[in-house]
Amino acid sequence: MQSTTDRHVLRVRGLTKKYPGVTALDGVDFDLLAGEVHVLFGENGAGKSTLISLLSGAQHSDGGTIEVDGVPATLPSVAAARELGISAVFQEFSLAPSMTVADNLSMGTEPGRLGVVDRSSVKRIAKERLAQFGFDISPSRLVESLSRAEQQMVEIAKAFRPELSVLILDEPTASLTDHEAGRLFSLVEQAKAQGIGIVYITHRMAEIARLADRVTVLRDGKLVGTVPGSTSQDELIGLMTGREVEDLYPALPPPGTDPSLQVTDLTTFDFSVRDVSFEVRAGEIVGFAGLMGSGKSSAARACFGLERLSAGSITIDGEELAGRNASRFMRAGVVYLPSDRKKEGLFLNRPMRESVTLPWLRRSSMSNGPLMRLGRERATAADIMTRMKLSPPDPERPAASYSGGNQQKGLLGRALLGDCKVYIFDEPSVGVDVGARVTIYEQMVDLARRGNAVVIVSSELPEILHLCHRAYVFSQGVIAGELANDELTEEAVLRHMMQWDDVDRVQATKGHPDVDKHHSTTSTTEGTA
Amino acid sequence: MNTTDTSAQKTEGGKASLLSHAARLFVRIGVLPLLMVVAVIVFTIMSDNFLSLDNLHSALRQNSYIIIATMAQFIVLLTGGFDLSVGAMTALVSVTTAMSMSSVAESNSPWSAVIVGILTGVAVGLGAGLTNAIGVAFLKINPFIMTLATSSIFAGLALKLTSGVPVYGMPAEFSDSFGFGDFLGVGVAVWIAALVAIGLWAFLRYARPGRHIYAVGSSPHAARLSGVSETKILILAYVAAGGLVAIGSILLTARIETGEANIGSSLPLQTIAAAVIGGVSLRGGAGRVLDAVLGAVFIGIIVNGMNLAQITSYYQMMVTGAVLAIAVVADRLRFRLADAVYAGRI
Repeated sequence: MQSTTDRHVLRVRGLTKKYPGVTALDGVDFDLLAGEVHVLFGENGAGKSTLISLLSGAQHSDGGTIEVDGVPATLPSVAAARELGISAVFQEFSLAPSMTVADNLSMGTEPGRLGVVDRSSVKRIAKERLAQFGFDISPSRLVESLSRAEQQMVEIAKAFRPELSVLILDEPTASLTDHEAGRLFSLVEQAKAQGIGIVYITHRMAEIARLADRVTVLRDGKLVGTVPGSTSQDELIGLMTGREVEDLYPALPPPGTDPSLQVTDLTTFDFSVRDVSFEVRAGEIVGFAGLMGSGKSSAARACFGLERLSAGSITIDGEELAGRNASRFMRAGVVYLPSDRKKEGLFLNRPMRESVTLPWLRRSSMSNGPLMRLGRERATAADIMTRMKLSPPDPERPAASYSGGNQQKGLLGRALLGDCKVYIFDEPSVGVDVGARVTIYEQMVDLARRGNAVVIVSSELPEILHLCHRAYVFSQGVIAGELANDELTEEAVLRHMMQWDDVDRVQATKGHPDVDKHHSTTSTTEGTA
Repeated sequence: MNTTDTSAQKTEGGKASLLSHAARLFVRIGVLPLLMVVAVIVFTIMSDNFLSLDNLHSALRQNSYIIIATMAQFIVLLTGGFDLSVGAMTALVSVTTAMSMSSVAESNSPWSAVIVGILTGVAVGLGAGLTNAIGVAFLKINPFIMTLATSSIFAGLALKLTSGVPVYGMPAEFSDSFGFGDFLGVGVAVWIAALVAIGLWAFLRYARPGRHIYAVGSSPHAARLSGVSETKILILAYVAAGGLVAIGSILLTARIETGEANIGSSLPLQTIAAAVIGGVSLRGGAGRVLDAVLGAVFIGIIVNGMNLAQITSYYQMMVTGAVLAIAVVADRLRFRLADAVYAGRI
């Protein structure tokens, strides 16, 4: 902290970014001093990621100004931002897996003459860079042979260029073991000492306490305030959560009592979930909360036969289904809406009608033996698309041509057509605008009202709080807490979700061996983005 | 289709709206009709005989086996794969059909020999398709590599069976009917190609497994989550392709009156080219039977036209390659324009 000067390396005023239907960032001011660690803090969707993608040149703002070292800048591309000394390390790495560490480190700035790369200089530069940070990685290793943490080290070494003045780190410890996280922290301190300004995104309170000089809190795309790093945890959570309950969420019907989905001692083959037990009753909406990689999504996917299991039981209305495939779960009355709509949900280049009806074509309402009743199919699709308020409600339009919110409404329509008993929604509102959310929430509550069991896997805390009767909070592959009724508060969920493991983490970084070897391998299994 | 019409009103001015009409027409029909019109005009000018019913009919008859093989390739392309073994399969079916037919014909009636020969050929085609299916669906081998491997195996097997010598001794009835025969003034081979096309169209449109083929090709993950078995669908596609290739090969065998182990080597490229020129997507999950058939017919027509115009086969190869490249570029343009049309920019 002693190296902090008053020199502004970044000065952001009134930065705004709009997506169709949402304002992701609304007139945000942000300052970064040389030699400062400035944490961005807020819920998912608060605008942190949008802010750093604008600062790193990955996206373009719709308003506001950015000054770099006192000079107004436009940042048209990532390369332009790099030229100005701004480098970002995102959770998605930008390394070429089949090339060596050394090649990756000098990629784009290969030393040499007349287009001939000077191999020995490449190696020498790489060695120097790695030595500078004390990384014990051989420059001649292939990136694909490195662990995720090692890849992150290389990514950070790559971001460090001589002219670096702003380093952006997006949840850098999310996939690191405690020992590796410790090394990252000392690296951050080293960068500070060199007068580099660091924008640091994290959900972990302990990291804020340890590293932050200042914290800027964002909420719903707006600036809440910038406070000193010494601000207490409770105060920070208060700033982050101080929202009024929106009219977004319909009133919940009373929950039922008969268990519909029951899971006992479930462990997945890849250990992303270990020994978890939970149940969902008919007429009840249950939330799965947790950070990315906490196992919440794996647990939900297991209930649709999408995860390989090594132990445990899954029953639907008493029928044992562990180890069965998705189509068997569907016949038992389970329907799952994937978080990755484009990859797992939709048939993008086919008419929306086909995405909506495909799972249910076997039913006699749409088929006569092996032959489909095309007229019925079309009418069914058109009807549900109208009910879901898709715009336009044209069944023959390719699914790819619809916006994210409309695509999700299409998939929700598909789920409703199934007339099932258990509905599992994985990140139902990712990339969905507010208008579409209202429709989606109404339908979910209606499902519960009609006596179905509903599971909502969500990184959006308000959904867990306002849309669920009960919630399981996942952390590092186990259920860290079960919260119902009055206990289901934002603070309680956050405590279980974040601080729990952060206390361990900070202790571990002070010299304990790796307590959590699974962590670095499992956290990549959830694709919630 | 009506969505494309409503977005027309957004553009103003005669020229812009003409362009946008052209773009939307292109998105709907693809590049093939344009190429077809150009080819017909060029060859009509270059040769007096080209634009006659007789000539076009014989071009169709000669190419019926390519048309059927293209439909086989089309099914596999729909799943997002390739079948590079259609040529070697054609050779293998040809020699096995001829061998079984000629050996039965030695001591039995000609027609029973024909029937046994055809059944043998179809069985061999289905078996070859099943081999591909096992590699692609169960062993998860990349279709490109799997069918490249089986292509070598089938070709080697066909040569081994015949020692490279053509197989004679099939009854004349076989060639007279399937090779050169007419029914209601139209070649039997053309009838068979047409029936296969109608059957495949109906299957893909009305049968649930047909819809599942499109689904698996469009997004295997989404298909799985919708309860569709990718494995079953891939098996269906490759086995069906083997069956269709067998039908095409039997027609070709009837036409050349011998079982040949060295036929079909250009078929993998020809069929993929034909399907792509017709507008079938290499990305899987998109394309119509009619597109594939017209693509194959188009290639047949330009080869026929160039023959009549006495253009040597060397030039023919170059022209076919150029048309393929144009079609691929056009396909990509069409894909982008489609996005623009649906986004309302055109």
